[in-house]
Amino acid sequence: MTIFIPTPLRLFAGGHDAVEVTAATVAEALEALTQAHPDLRKHLFSGEGKLRSFVNLYLNDEDVRYLTAKEATAVTAADTLSIIPSIAGGK
Amino acid sequence: MGILHLTRAVYEAVRAHGEETYPHECCGALLGKSTADGWQVEAAVRAGNTRTDSAHNRYQIAPIELVKIERDARRQGLGIAGFYHSHPDHPAQWSATDLAEAHWLGCSYVITSVAQGKAMATNSFELTGATEEEKRFEQDTIDISDECIAPQRG
Repeated sequence: MTIFIPTPLRLFAGGHDAVEVTAATVAEALEALTQAHPDLRKHLFSGEGKLRSFVNLYLNDEDVRYLTAKEATAVTAADTLSIIPSIAGGK
Repeated sequence: MGILHLTRAVYEAVRAHGEETYPHECCGALLGKSTADGWQVEAAVRAGNTRTDSAHNRYQIAPIELVKIERDARRQGLGIAGFYHSHPDHPAQWSATDLAEAHWLGCSYVITSVAQGKAMATNSFELTGATEEEKRFEQDTIDISDECIAPQRG
């Protein structure tokens, strides 16, 4: 499956805007991604190994946190995973 | 100080958006190409502000909207260079909230102050730092074609 890498993380993914991984679940896809690009890990996960709160994951067009199985959701080779850091702010 | 290159059309579109949504904050994405000389922004894409509970002083872009903006950007051979939003009746300077909620390291955050419905200063700040814990804003110079816009007060 394809994992789309957002601009701020491409430096840590070999400069790539997309990475192909083989995985059976969302969690396995992230593990494969960080195995291939270890520098990504600290940007995606806290020291306790949890996904950082401002990191949004979209499996195709679905927010992973709202899927029944969350990161245990099964994926296929045709699926895409988008990593999207939050955008917010104000005066 | 880095340089953010904007076309005049993008610069004016960002400011016009802030005027249209006044007294609420507007927001959107900036698409372009990364070069050795900084980001060359070619398009501004308006986004919805999901903070309808406090739009006069807060903005948030729905992640699903960013998924689609990035998808469209890839089709055009562009990347997300940064984001823009407005500060109604408030300086074009980043706030503590802006910094706390900024996570796109290496991207620029463009802020326009809109006073009584009129766009005043537009400034740009690059989010720098090696990690989320070390992040900070550093002011950019905005370059519009051949005209350099130095950081503006207001």
